[in-house]
Amino acid sequence: MALVLTEEQSMLRDSARGLISGKAPVSHLRHLRDSKDRVGFSKELWHAFAEMGFAGLLVPEDFGGSGLGYVEAGVVMEEIGRTLMPSPFLATSVVAASALNRGGNAAQKSEYLPKIASGSLLATLAIDEGAKHRPLQTSLQAVRAGNGFRLSGAKALVVDGHVVDLLIVAARTAGAAGEREGLTLFLVDPKAKGVAIERTIMVDAHNAARIDFANVEVDADSVLGEVDQAANLLDGVLDIGRGAVAAEMVGLSEEVFGRTVEYLKSRKQFGKLIGEFQALQHRAAELYIDIEITRAATMKALQALDADVAKAASSVAVAKARAGTTATRAVQEGVQMHGGMGMTDQFDIGFFMKRARVCEELFGDANYHTEQLARARGY
Amino acid sequence: MSDTETTDLETFRNETRAWLEANCPPEMRKPATSDADVFWGGRNAKFSSEPQRIWFERMRDKGWTVPDWPKEYGGGGLSAAEHKVLRAEMARIGARPPLSSFGIWMLGPALLKYGNEAQKKEHLPKIAAGEIRWCQGYSEPNAGSDLASLQTRAESDGDDFIINGQKIWTSYANYADWIFCLVRTDPAAKKHDGISFILFDMTSKGVSTKPILLISGYSPFCETFFDNVRVPKSHVVGTINRGWDVAKYLLQHERAMISGMGERGVGRPLGQIAADTVGTDAQGRLDDVMLRGQIARFDVDEAALAACAERAVDLAKAGQAHPAFSSAMKYYGTELNKRRHEILMSAGGVDALEWESERSKQGAKPRAWLRTKANSIEGGTSEVMLGIVAKRILDLPGA
Repeated sequence: MALVLTEEQSMLRDSARGLISGKAPVSHLRHLRDSKDRVGFSKELWHAFAEMGFAGLLVPEDFGGSGLGYVEAGVVMEEIGRTLMPSPFLATSVVAASALNRGGNAAQKSEYLPKIASGSLLATLAIDEGAKHRPLQTSLQAVRAGNGFRLSGAKALVVDGHVVDLLIVAARTAGAAGEREGLTLFLVDPKAKGVAIERTIMVDAHNAARIDFANVEVDADSVLGEVDQAANLLDGVLDIGRGAVAAEMVGLSEEVFGRTVEYLKSRKQFGKLIGEFQALQHRAAELYIDIEITRAATMKALQALDADVAKAASSVAVAKARAGTTATRAVQEGVQMHGGMGMTDQFDIGFFMKRARVCEELFGDANYHTEQLARARGY
Repeated sequence: MSDTETTDLETFRNETRAWLEANCPPEMRKPATSDADVFWGGRNAKFSSEPQRIWFERMRDKGWTVPDWPKEYGGGGLSAAEHKVLRAEMARIGARPPLSSFGIWMLGPALLKYGNEAQKKEHLPKIAAGEIRWCQGYSEPNAGSDLASLQTRAESDGDDFIINGQKIWTSYANYADWIFCLVRTDPAAKKHDGISFILFDMTSKGVSTKPILLISGYSPFCETFFDNVRVPKSHVVGTINRGWDVAKYLLQHERAMISGMGERGVGRPLGQIAADTVGTDAQGRLDDVMLRGQIARFDVDEAALAACAERAVDLAKAGQAHPAFSSAMKYYGTELNKRRHEILMSAGGVDALEWESERSKQGAKPRAWLRTKANSIEGGTSEVMLGIVAKRILDLPGA
């Protein structure tokens, strides 16, 4: 498979870009932030997303979706990264849709997937508990009670957690924190008794929540996949999410870099354009190369996911690790090269720096994924 | 790609796999570890082993020393897609290149683009067959990074040029049969405008070479002297005084070649090499956490660069490649290779310091480490590469 977009994928990119840059430039995020919008994204835009087939991009055609792949999801994520548009696309259409499609039984798929595709149902995966992404450290307890289970514990950084209609909660039904055995995924109604949701306003003005579960009762039908055996399902779903976030970071990096290069070509000091200074030229060139390499690694990972999710782990680790270091470098150079203006809230550059920091933590940072690669290679 | 094309490609893959399986000697399926393992061809070429001869001759007979060159010039006539399949299948079994040469990597592409029919017919088949070994006369003592300021003169004398001057860093000039050379044919013109690209036999009267001893203890480069060397004007490639166009085009290929240097993805992984000296803990992790982190970061970057190299080829095929992108690859590839050898030296510790013993294979590790330091200098320094990216890709002012 060539590491370039096909004609169809390029058309998808163009239509996504048209919608996103037209309706949701960075000023859209700024407005949502400043008006303290209660939803945190535009419902109108989400409906437009659904109408264009993006909400159900990964949902099979049998369930009303577009039945496209992870490369296509990455194409949309990259465009989202360019304007930092807050959107349920990542949590609902990529992560939750993948979890339901890969882990769900026939009844669960028929109930939820068509609603995701139509844009009428928002969902999210609740995985992290501590300050850092450590899926196997999951310790939220699910104990058998009657015909079902009772959940107790807490989740953090639940993307869109304050507005979703369905929570997919990673819980421990057996074993101890750190073990692969004993993990189970549950479909939980956020309005169920004992669920307490606190919207957490994050540095990037995107949507997240902390959620407490106090003896929340769920029935046996709410298990997604098999009891105690969710580790493999989670690995795949998380890798899909990681590939998508890496693509968002590629878009973000390229946009912040493009803005920085334009600034180098217009800002004058000492009687010349600052882009004439070799110190800045070489840093800009290095950053360009970094972004190109990360873009290729990310495409490689998304193609690997399309080929076989179970065999994509190392490619995904490389992509997410690279995307993290590259985006971090891009936003730091962006602020530095914009000088004092880069530090002002009035300039957009700061928004990119904030979002990059959150993306870096989402589904594991560069250190986490570098460690994963070392383990996979046996040293 | 249509279904028929996909099917044809699968057939080609199966046939290629079977042919390689039957024809690549087992000895040629291991990474080259010394210069003797590399076959460079040329009038005085000697095979270092029988399997090396067999492998070369079989590949040559299929035109697969230069798989994507046209058949009429001794190539295999493969499409870009077929060539990619052949490379993948060779990599799958670890097959060595049957023939290495600057004729294949550098001159050939330039002749295919700028050479006239007579030049292509004369030189390309001999490159493909490994009969003539070429060297590159570019740098001069006072024209390094600023290559276009070169001073070697070619003065008109009837149908010939008379060439006088000196080149430096001429790789393997002492083994080469012919040279492709940049000479100044118009001293009055601006520096980029008076240069011609010319070919001549190294046995011509007035050519002499002198190897340069490097910090690695090896002499892969020479000083090359021209004292009234007579060369027919018909040996100029492209237009007289427009040699810089050819030179730049060839440099793109040279940079692509250098960016691919280093044993990327072959041989033992760094993590395993390091385990030999630093040991592992109960979980099998390297017992030096900082070194382990260095290696893991290297592995991430190396895998990402491999994807980028693959993408660069795919972009070129799709007609979407930026002509200066080889400079980006050259910069990153060479810096990464230097990193690799710093890690190897660190992992090797005291064992990697021996210079002359049998045990150390005559200091193979430190000599290879020192050799890599030239990677970011030869073919254009890292700083020149960054300047090219800044100017030609980013369009920064005054770059």
